[in-house]
Amino acid sequence: MSGEVAVLGVGMHPWGKWGRNFVDYGVHAARAALKDAGVRWQDVQFVSGAATMRCGYPGYVAGATFAQALGWQGAQVNTSYAACASGSQALAAARAQILSGVCELALVVGADTTPKGFLAPAAGYRPDDPDWVRFHLGITNPTYFALYARRRMELCGATVEDFTAVKVKNAAHGAANPNARYHKRFTREEVLESAMVADPLRLLHVCATSDGGAALVLSSLEFARRHAARAPRIAAISTVTPRFASYEVEMPDIATDSAAVAAAQSFRASIATRAYEEAGVAPEDLSLAEVYDLASSMELDWYEYLELCRPGEAEGLLRSGATRIGGRLPVNTSGGLASFGEAVPAQALAQVCELVWQLRGEAGERQVAGAKVGITANQGLFGHGSAVIVKR
Amino acid sequence: MSNNSRVAAIEGWYTLEPQPHLIGSRCRACGTYFFPRLSSFCRNPACEGNAFDEVKLSRTGRIWSYTNACYPPPPPFVAAQPFVPFAIAAVELEAERMIVLGQVAAGIDVSQLKVGMPVELVLETLYSEGGQDKLVWKWKPSGAPA
Repeated sequence: MSGEVAVLGVGMHPWGKWGRNFVDYGVHAARAALKDAGVRWQDVQFVSGAATMRCGYPGYVAGATFAQALGWQGAQVNTSYAACASGSQALAAARAQILSGVCELALVVGADTTPKGFLAPAAGYRPDDPDWVRFHLGITNPTYFALYARRRMELCGATVEDFTAVKVKNAAHGAANPNARYHKRFTREEVLESAMVADPLRLLHVCATSDGGAALVLSSLEFARRHAARAPRIAAISTVTPRFASYEVEMPDIATDSAAVAAAQSFRASIATRAYEEAGVAPEDLSLAEVYDLASSMELDWYEYLELCRPGEAEGLLRSGATRIGGRLPVNTSGGLASFGEAVPAQALAQVCELVWQLRGEAGERQVAGAKVGITANQGLFGHGSAVIVKR
Repeated sequence: MSNNSRVAAIEGWYTLEPQPHLIGSRCRACGTYFFPRLSSFCRNPACEGNAFDEVKLSRTGRIWSYTNACYPPPPPFVAAQPFVPFAIAAVELEAERMIVLGQVAAGIDVSQLKVGMPVELVLETLYSEGGQDKLVWKWKPSGAPA
């Protein structure tokens, strides 16, 4: 039995700070994806929503809210909440329904409306919640990004110029993406003159939080054969947990696991490894990658976790120009989080949408010539992360 | 020195001695350390332990990485007015093979820090409220003036 499902259609609501209800973005994206797929909403048998902790009663328990807004039609419903990996888990739920034969046609939707500034935890004295503890001590998300960045500088010879070059590259990619929030081609000088947030990272190295929505229509391969000519296939969805002893500093924890009696493990590397194994794809097979540049510096970490280069060689890969559009292995052709800003439950789906457009040869100015295989990677709080591999 | 009483900002996470320690747990079955304390089930998947000794963690370690906070973090952080930027370090404890985050002692700037630098645990006031100084652990380069 094939473990693959087809992506019949994709759709997005442009990222921005629109200030409207997140349901609007989700429905806009869903309708676009349905139209792209050429199927009717009434024929969708399973609707899978990616939830956000914002917007009240976790994203109105997302799947049902999107189904109601599209018009109740009796589909089976699912909601996934997994921080930054919420979209991938919603995708995995839909894939499982299709592969088990319970349904043939599924819709996956994620959307968010974000407040301005730092994302912060619930109030009160709650020392049992690691997220509360770290904020109480003054440790925000950029703190973690900066800790990784500084370590790269001291161990791998990364420079602030490298982090800046990632931002400038991704901004240039995003300038050509109608769904990106920022279309400005930031210059090196503008990045280096922006305010310091968490040394060595400046404001323009750190991603914003955005409003946005993304949706995909999935089907069985059999349904796709009957229906559509050119549907890229999802070959892997990795949503693994870390393995003990997880020995990298991870949001929102104040301490790592102790590796006193168990070997130290890298969580982010394991996310990609699992996806490659599941898809039967090697890093050399990739045409492009969409990775979570929560900070520009973290794109370099992902080059290594995805095995696009050996550990410690990410700076060389970047400086060679390989990861620009037109290079050997373009990364973040969408513009990445640098150009989007993070809309948490929609972001992992937006990454997959970009792969689909690229694999269909419909990415316009951003097109990677002859794209055949792409991978996404992301990671968020509480041990969540995901990678998705899509093949033409 | 204020006349405020000195209390822990987070109760039970560290001792208030002159030479303070973080308080952790050590699994009696496999010997793994945990911070903060654990009292239920060992998180080593190869271990079925559920009994722990309360242990004082090493009060010295080496900097794994470091950064600072240039803007006031949101609540539940209590920011002083005016806000004074502070450094933050992730510190590797050798015996425990564990990395613990914390603020760096007041007055120490990122330019004075380096990966691999030895540091020790100190207590400083995180914020003051109702006649109490709420103390928290911070990392201080070893040998830095008091």
